[in-house]
Amino acid sequence: MRAGGGFGLGLAFFLIVVVLVPFGVGPQSALLSTIAPGILWLGALLACLLSLDRILALDWEDGSLDLLATSPLPMEGIVSVKALAHWLTTGLPLVLAAPVLGILLNLPAPGFGWLVVSLALGTPALSVIGTFGAALTVGLKRGGLLLSLLVLPLYMPTLIFGAEVARRGAEGMALGTPLALLAGITCGTIALLPFASAAVLRVNLR
Amino acid sequence: MNLNALWAYANPKKFIETADRVLPAVAWLAALMLAAGLIWGFFFTPDDFRQGSTVKIIYLHVPAALMAINAWLMMLVTSLVWIVRRHHVSALAARAAAPVGMVMTLIALATGALWGQPMWGTWWAWDPRLTSFLILFLFYLGYIALWEAIENDDTAADLTAILCLVGSVFALLSRYAVNFWNQGLHQGASLSLDKEENVADVFWYPLLVSIAGFVLLFVALVLMRTRTEIRARRMRALLARERMQA
Amino acid sequence: MVLSVSDLSVARGGIPVLEGVSLRLGPGEALVLRGPNGIGKTTMLRTVAGLQPPLSGAIEAAPESLVYAGHADGIKATLTVEENLSFWAQVFGSKDVSAAVDAFDLDPLRRRPAGALSAGQKRRLGLARLLVTGRTIWVLDEPTVSLDVDAVAMFAGAVRAHLAEGGAALIATHIDLRIPEARIFDLAPYRAAPLGLDDFDGAFL
Repeated sequence: MRAGGGFGLGLAFFLIVVVLVPFGVGPQSALLSTIAPGILWLGALLACLLSLDRILALDWEDGSLDLLATSPLPMEGIVSVKALAHWLTTGLPLVLAAPVLGILLNLPAPGFGWLVVSLALGTPALSVIGTFGAALTVGLKRGGLLLSLLVLPLYMPTLIFGAEVARRGAEGMALGTPLALLAGITCGTIALLPFASAAVLRVNLR
Repeated sequence: MNLNALWAYANPKKFIETADRVLPAVAWLAALMLAAGLIWGFFFTPDDFRQGSTVKIIYLHVPAALMAINAWLMMLVTSLVWIVRRHHVSALAARAAAPVGMVMTLIALATGALWGQPMWGTWWAWDPRLTSFLILFLFYLGYIALWEAIENDDTAADLTAILCLVGSVFALLSRYAVNFWNQGLHQGASLSLDKEENVADVFWYPLLVSIAGFVLLFVALVLMRTRTEIRARRMRALLARERMQA
Repeated sequence: MVLSVSDLSVARGGIPVLEGVSLRLGPGEALVLRGPNGIGKTTMLRTVAGLQPPLSGAIEAAPESLVYAGHADGIKATLTVEENLSFWAQVFGSKDVSAAVDAFDLDPLRRRPAGALSAGQKRRLGLARLLVTGRTIWVLDEPTVSLDVDAVAMFAGAVRAHLAEGGAALIATHIDLRIPEARIFDLAPYRAAPLGLDDFDGAFL
């Protein structure tokens, strides 16, 4: 359960994506500050995606999942703890690193606070949804690409509302509605999706 | 009529027998309705006074879009039946419907682009409806990829069924998210495709015939593909059995 | 009676492999499952452990009394031997790992990262996990793989001590464990006959 390894890669990936964007779109600071919230959200989302297959793969390979499944712990609890572990090792560092990378992209000053808030609210949903995807593909040999294909459509609502909060924050607009909807999605996924993940994992362990 | 009698068709043999019997009729009827609807629509309706003859793509676009959504709804129902009643035919029907639904989504997107070009001056706009269909397409893609990736049929059926349920919720969420997202961006860029309300009878009747044709086409294709899936699964089972005996 | 299996049928990959298996296990009893490769020993044990549903039949055991050990040991390479055992002890709600360490002679390896262990040492660690769980019924799949003669004797000793305390064990293995209390249970007669092709779902199984 502990001691996975390779989670720091997500942070490095986030940094690289953000560094590459100006090379792609040009160095004009006006353009960069317009797209900064969206790029930062997208970068965080992709960095999150990168480490998803590590959530369960190690425990699958060494047989721990079988043993955990026959232990007194409920499967729903196991997947929830897994998602929490993923958030602590991936989501939280991304949230903390985002403002620093915001400087690189010339993010407008009022945007920093809302960027952190939106990421802090949104990344737990990304981890929980990602755990569902990891549970779906855990037994597959080439599961990595499939995992992305399955998880990315599920990420869409979170991305839309999260980036909307960050963008409106940067532009100084009212953002109560998307913030509430983002929080709603996160709470909903945390409350309900572990049941689906646990069911999927039980099927995969048969 | 007793609804329980319906479950008899969950027997693969009974299903194949029935499919063999009704398939030719459904297929011919589908071809007839489609031909009638499209010919009527394309050649025997007047041009729209604003849109000209481009409006006639509606006879492909609207039915395809309807079936794209209905196919997913059917997959949702059959997935639920599989989860609750464990009828293999139900899971295979969901598997059979997915590519048909995906192609319908593609047709809706492609005809929409063709229609949009002369009307809006662009092939693609991030209009909420268009975006929703693109997202639906991605959901179909993931669903089909998961079926293909898993070797064990029962495991694949279980996992895809749960994915279909979870995916439905998220697809619905995406639909509302997209509505919200685009309103927030472009005020007043209302590219509404809601023509049904104000469409005149001369357009409406051929459209109805065309929709009926698409429904029948869908039923025919799903019946045929389910029959194929049943046979393929049966063959895999027989091969596995032979390996066991050897 | 601690474990009772009645008229059990199990399937692997959707195909029935065993049918009509009935067995009973009382306190202090051990049962060794025998049968050729592919007969379904692993499938049977996984079903008994609750990892997969049976096709038919019933498995009765006191709640929270089973512990399963499969082909893989579930060892985290970056944790030490002691941390590995403590983790499982916490999962199963017990505290003391010293008895388990002693039974499998792991004391000299206590502080070593599990990744640095040999295959046989890892297996010993995996088996020591059984002792920290405090469960009464051990369900073991090929427990002696990669163990040397001494370690097999160590394992046999641990099983006998477990039985003496009123525990029970269901073991699938090919070698003679030298556990006098153990009965042999041959699975060969229970090989499943193929379902009729005309059954309701028969064509699919």
